[in-house]
Amino acid sequence: MSMATPTIQPVVRENYERENYLNKHYGVGSWLLTTDHKRIALLYLVSITFFFFIGGFFALLIRLELLTPASDLVQADTYNKLFTMHGMVMIFFFLVPSIPAVLGNFLVPMMIGAKDLAFPRINLLSWYLYIIGGVMMLHCMLTGGVDTGWTFYAPFSTAFTNTKIIEAGLAIFVAGFSSILTGLNFVVTIHRMRAPGMTWSRLPLFIWAHYATSIIQILGTPVIAITIVLVAAERALHLGIFDPKLGGDPLLFQHLFWFYSHPAVYIMILPSMGIISEIIACYSRKRIFGYSFVAFSSIAIAVFGFLVWAHHMFVAGISVYAALLFSLLSYAVAVPSAVKVFNWTATLYKGSIHYDAPMLYAFGFLGLFTIGGLTGLFLAALGIDVHVTDTYFVVAHFHYIMVGGAVMGYLGGMHFWWPKISGRLYPEGWAKLAALIVFIGFNLTFFPQFLLGYMGMPRRYADYSHMPEFQILNVFSTAGATILGVGYLLPMIYFLWSMRYGKPAPDNPWNAAGLEWMTPSPPTTFNFEQEPVVTWEAYNYDELDAPHKQEVPVVR
Amino acid sequence: MAGNVDALYIFLIIVSGLMTLLIFTAVVYFAARYRHRRGVLAEQIEGSTPLELTWSIIPLGVFMVIFIWGAVVYFKERTPPRDSTEIYVVAKQWMWKLEHAEGQREINELHVPVDRDVKMIMTSQDVIHSFYIPAFRIKQDVVPGRYTVAWFRATKPGTYHLFCAEYCGTQHSGMIGSIVVMPPAQYEAWMTGGTMTGGTSGPLSVTGEKVFAELGCVTCHRSDAQGRGPNLQGLFGAPVKLEDGRTVIADENYVRESILDPGAKIVAGFKPVMPTFQGLVSEEQLNALVAYVKSLSKSASAGASSAAATPPSTNAPTQGSQVQ
Repeated sequence: MSMATPTIQPVVRENYERENYLNKHYGVGSWLLTTDHKRIALLYLVSITFFFFIGGFFALLIRLELLTPASDLVQADTYNKLFTMHGMVMIFFFLVPSIPAVLGNFLVPMMIGAKDLAFPRINLLSWYLYIIGGVMMLHCMLTGGVDTGWTFYAPFSTAFTNTKIIEAGLAIFVAGFSSILTGLNFVVTIHRMRAPGMTWSRLPLFIWAHYATSIIQILGTPVIAITIVLVAAERALHLGIFDPKLGGDPLLFQHLFWFYSHPAVYIMILPSMGIISEIIACYSRKRIFGYSFVAFSSIAIAVFGFLVWAHHMFVAGISVYAALLFSLLSYAVAVPSAVKVFNWTATLYKGSIHYDAPMLYAFGFLGLFTIGGLTGLFLAALGIDVHVTDTYFVVAHFHYIMVGGAVMGYLGGMHFWWPKISGRLYPEGWAKLAALIVFIGFNLTFFPQFLLGYMGMPRRYADYSHMPEFQILNVFSTAGATILGVGYLLPMIYFLWSMRYGKPAPDNPWNAAGLEWMTPSPPTTFNFEQEPVVTWEAYNYDELDAPHKQEVPVVR
Repeated sequence: MAGNVDALYIFLIIVSGLMTLLIFTAVVYFAARYRHRRGVLAEQIEGSTPLELTWSIIPLGVFMVIFIWGAVVYFKERTPPRDSTEIYVVAKQWMWKLEHAEGQREINELHVPVDRDVKMIMTSQDVIHSFYIPAFRIKQDVVPGRYTVAWFRATKPGTYHLFCAEYCGTQHSGMIGSIVVMPPAQYEAWMTGGTMTGGTSGPLSVTGEKVFAELGCVTCHRSDAQGRGPNLQGLFGAPVKLEDGRTVIADENYVRESILDPGAKIVAGFKPVMPTFQGLVSEEQLNALVAYVKSLSKSASAGASSAAATPPSTNAPTQGSQVQ
């Protein structure tokens, strides 16, 4: 939107020079000991970006190896470590913390009209736990890495590999506490610290999504922690838990693992859905169609998400009756996701639609999430899952959800709130270009993998020289990955550039609804000068755009 | 089998294609039709419960059709026909060892006749593997410590890929092989030709009988009612009453468990006196013992195939792949 017209330039100058959360204190210590949720969000931003590019580098090597059928760039062992570390880094150190810990941390208190999260010190502690986990993971990678796949399947992980299982497990164990603490902080904050008048039915959908996510983080993460402890116990002490040679049951591992790791997918995608609701409302200048249905669908996804884990195990040796039940429940969880997509689409109807960069990311999200969601229907169909599970079909499907969905939403959100975070505007043209490149690169990378999967190419194959028929699609995929890589590098470059050279941002550059836009850009340390009193519903774009209104009220 | 899976797949492509088209058309149309125009305000719409119900219930209905269709295909995939040819599969890092009931052994290669039901009784010596033949649309994890079962019926002679689909370590992508489907006459010639990769021995049940004698099983499991262990004649595929009141069907996993962990299921009227054979028998010997126990249940007229190998499918359609 072109709200940043030159006429308001003088105000903007003044904005920039006034005291805010960024310039209030200087020095490394003021960052490392901060309890300001916004500063902690930035600490997270820097750390997860670091891990994103590490994970991305592994992905690039994987795609390069698969360019040719033979195992020629790296040896099989190295390749196995690459896809393992790619998965572990991306899931536990990028996707799970990404939106909640960066944008959630920054926005949850501001959106509900609070000064900070309920437990600012615990918030800082959770970042330190993340960093400790991250350093442990880096150490593990530098001293040999792990080759089990991010899924750690026993008994391979407990008895048949001599790589650094316990170290990697411990890193994830520690980082898991960071996730639990963040979730806990959000739940308490959302319950206890809403500004007067900010009722549950007035909450932005971003908050609803984070509330649902937090529930999963609190209830699910301890299970993966227990699972890791059991793996370590079997590995180090030879307690018979999963290994049949010791009297254990290998399927027990899979049940425990997926009990967390399926809901974890919703930890990644729900916050992204929250962002999409905010963006679509703003750039359609409308209240989200079916607000309460979108809000409750997040909760429904969080609840049903816990009841579908064994759909990862249809060929693992579970009974047909269990498979039947889990297939049925998987379709049940698909309904609330479909409801969200329909509501977002309906929101566009009779809107006043602007094509700014965040909206392009939201459109991209809609496209990619729709494809990712619909291919989930294939996988939930028992008869088809038998054929396509553990092939590239699955790889393509979950990348459409977790990268196409979650990362598109994350980038959309980063653009949308960047003026608030940094006090600067990003270059609109570049941002639109990047959105387009990401969308094209993504589809070129992952769509061919659906075809590969149905043709029967198993995942986690370092070498496919006996199946040269798979090469052509792999070449497309690798070509797409390089384009995608450029698409991800661009925003990092121009965000950094804009911090110095970007135009100073007005307080509400998009004329968006929501309490966070009533704070200065960048906000002051305690966000609001006086506690806001909310007298309006969420997404009151009719009031914001009403012709008689001169300016958005700004609380300072 | 491949046809059934593909039919559902095509149906799903059509359904999801239509849904994608619907959503994309709506998004593109709305985005273009309602693009921002100066002076034109968005029209605020709260939502519509009838509409919400419509787009919840219609997809749910479509999902249920897919669910039921998928379940029917799955049940078929998981229920081996009663008189299938049996192949015992032992997976290990990183090879497939396959043994025909008649004793022919193969490595990373399986020769089968066209138009015959072939049932694989599979286990792993080490980690989890997965037996995957993309052309037949079948996949089944091969789990250490138990049997899992898969079956197929090839309809066209030819050579097809066999993959390991569950990541199993360094040479996971090298754990591949081929399924050679032959016309019956050619298959008979191959069976007697002695060109198989793993050599050949007598029928598996005969090998099993030898093992049975060597390990001394025969001293307790006598063919009359006087033994300290249950008589195994006619056991396989029949219901067994246990000491704790349960009744189980004696399938491959039951026999296997009774050898390795005899205390797990005590037959009613017997004492838990049998020692474990865990670590004393190899997977191949176990397979032979299972084949021998099976052979004791065959009707006198049964030939090479094992008519009683599969209990009635209504009772236990997945006898081989149930979690114990």
